[in-house]
Amino acid sequence: MTITPNQNTSIRINPDWCKRCGICLELCPKQVLGFNATGRVVALHPQQCIACKTCERICPDFAINVEVTEE
Amino acid sequence: MFSDIAQYFRTESLPHIWCPGCGNGTVTAALVRAIKNLQLEQNNVVIVSGIGCSSRMSGYLDFNTQHTTHGRALAFATGIKLAKPELDVFVVMGDGDCAAIGGNHLIHAARRNIDLTALVINNGIYGMTGGQSSPLTPHDRRATTMPFGNLERSFDLVELAKAAGATYGARATAYHNQLLTKLLIDAYNNHGFSLVEAVAQCPVSYGRRNQFQTPAAMVMWQKEHGIKVGQHSISGEDFYIGEIFRAEAAEFCAEYDRLRQRLQEDMPNG
Amino acid sequence: MSEARLMQGNEACAAGAIAAGARFFAGYPITPSSEIAEFMAEQLPRLGGTFIQMEDEIASMAAVIGASLAGVKSLTATSGPGFSLKQENLGYAAATEVPCVIINVQRGGPSTGLPTSPAQGDVMQARWGTHGDHPIIVLSPATVQESYELVITAFNLAEEFRVPVILLLDEVVGHLRERVNLPATVQIVNRKKPEVPPERFSPYGDDHGMIPPMANFGAGYRHHVTGLVHDVNGMPTVNPALVTKFLLRLNHKLDPYLAKISLYEQILLEDAEVIVLAYGCTARAALEAVYLARSSGIKAGLFRPITLWPFPEAAFVPRQNIPIIVPEMNCGQLVGEVVKIAGRHNVYSLSRIDGELITPTQISAKISEVISRV
Repeated sequence: MTITPNQNTSIRINPDWCKRCGICLELCPKQVLGFNATGRVVALHPQQCIACKTCERICPDFAINVEVTEE
Repeated sequence: MFSDIAQYFRTESLPHIWCPGCGNGTVTAALVRAIKNLQLEQNNVVIVSGIGCSSRMSGYLDFNTQHTTHGRALAFATGIKLAKPELDVFVVMGDGDCAAIGGNHLIHAARRNIDLTALVINNGIYGMTGGQSSPLTPHDRRATTMPFGNLERSFDLVELAKAAGATYGARATAYHNQLLTKLLIDAYNNHGFSLVEAVAQCPVSYGRRNQFQTPAAMVMWQKEHGIKVGQHSISGEDFYIGEIFRAEAAEFCAEYDRLRQRLQEDMPNG
Repeated sequence: MSEARLMQGNEACAAGAIAAGARFFAGYPITPSSEIAEFMAEQLPRLGGTFIQMEDEIASMAAVIGASLAGVKSLTATSGPGFSLKQENLGYAAATEVPCVIINVQRGGPSTGLPTSPAQGDVMQARWGTHGDHPIIVLSPATVQESYELVITAFNLAEEFRVPVILLLDEVVGHLRERVNLPATVQIVNRKKPEVPPERFSPYGDDHGMIPPMANFGAGYRHHVTGLVHDVNGMPTVNPALVTKFLLRLNHKLDPYLAKISLYEQILLEDAEVIVLAYGCTARAALEAVYLARSSGIKAGLFRPITLWPFPEAAFVPRQNIPIIVPEMNCGQLVGEVVKIAGRHNVYSLSRIDGELITPTQISAKISEVISRV
């Protein structure tokens, strides 16, 4: 299954567990993630996500879940 | 929510107590992915941990878990494994827990080659107690008890385990967490004493004192200094990652069971 | 029909442990207890059990607790210096309520002391050696026969009340050879298992009363065991109310059962005008001294605590101005408990600390001296 940018991926970040360490932001190869106005980690550019799941694996708080939904 | 491994966590006990950006969580998830990949029976897995930040891991995992005393996890695990060899026993320790106060138990568990999978999370510091230096703190690096830079030399933990008689040794990092999962799977499949060192970042007790601006900077340091075994020679703070040694030796529980069988056969009236 | 055998005290401890169902021993060589380990090294593998000599006494105590958590009755044996090293993990066993037996064959202390000489200097350490308030049971045999019987009692009490039990011998009882009647059958108690399904199991739940049932590792009741103060689910807590609840239950869980736990023996006490309170090897000489006194017209009696901790307070009822002599091979340790009950003016300590046994004549001389003062 080749992952293409316009694949429909859902990126869910559990705000109760995320401690905003910023590691996922730095490691995301496509700069998908960022801080929003209130300083919470969100997917600023979800359409660029290639579902490599680097963020999900590196997240020290188990707070990120990336799911790829078939279109 | 990390759906693929959620079933192995006591989610009611999350969020965990580790500091923002601490590598313990990443290593925990890597271990759980290894257990999931191995399809181990959840009721059969035992996680024995010592004392320190990383040793709080056992409380978050939904297995038979034991949070023991500082440095003694391997000795507790030896008792568990010998008494019920069919249990899958993982021993989780920090660098101080395993290599300082627990050093004697490390070398003897390795010497016996008892079938335990030891995961040592090396953040180069005593995090729980606020940042004292450990036997794995790199030379010259700062800690609250090495305020002028660490004068001492540190162990190469994997070489130490090898010299003591372990039959599998490997190293990975929080950054190389897919490699870490693979190495943990190989370590489990090695029937004997297996040690996997996971270099992980401690932003608060180590990073702050050693010029790391952010947790991410520490993860990138792991990427730069973790050199695949055999790639090229290493210097300074570089370290080898991947499988570092493997050996063949009789496994202690199996040896002891052979003795039991032999003595049972010799019994005149059975 | 029981079988009689000539056995050494240490050997009787090992044989009794096996009769009690122990199938795991972890220990480390130390005079004067090594014979227990040597006996276990030979016998346990024959019975499908496990013996291991660990790298030190700390590791031995840890391995014993691990094996017990895995469901195997387990013990260790040591002497003073090793007993000191085991204290932290012994406290861990008390806090996590893991049944196990620790045999301490006392020798002259402190430190390296008198390795081959008897003493009774670890009595307070047996109670308070590890830090913090914690429950513990300490039994003290005076004969080889009793060593055999008490190690079985030790395992039964450990399993029933989920507490570490210490068998406090000394070098004399440990190395002495005497006749032992080995009973044909032995009454064995096993830990209470959970009766609820796993999803409704809370490892330290309070609806079980003081002593929670215990699920062995691998039995399908996945739970957490920690030395941190924990709640009924075994999870760490610092909530003051839960901390109080845990520590009160832990430290009072034996209270309802003291009649069964605090064992003692009384000889010729009914009409006694002087009481000798003695335990372990010293009780042998004390009994002889009581008979010597009786033959010379002094009505002496013996109260022998078999359980040192919890001290048999209920049974030891001092009577108005009846003097109590407490001979001990230490500078005076259990005598403190007697003073707490009987008051200072009525209690006489008799110490011998030169590595030799207290003799009957020494005790009967003290009896005469004390009687002449009354």
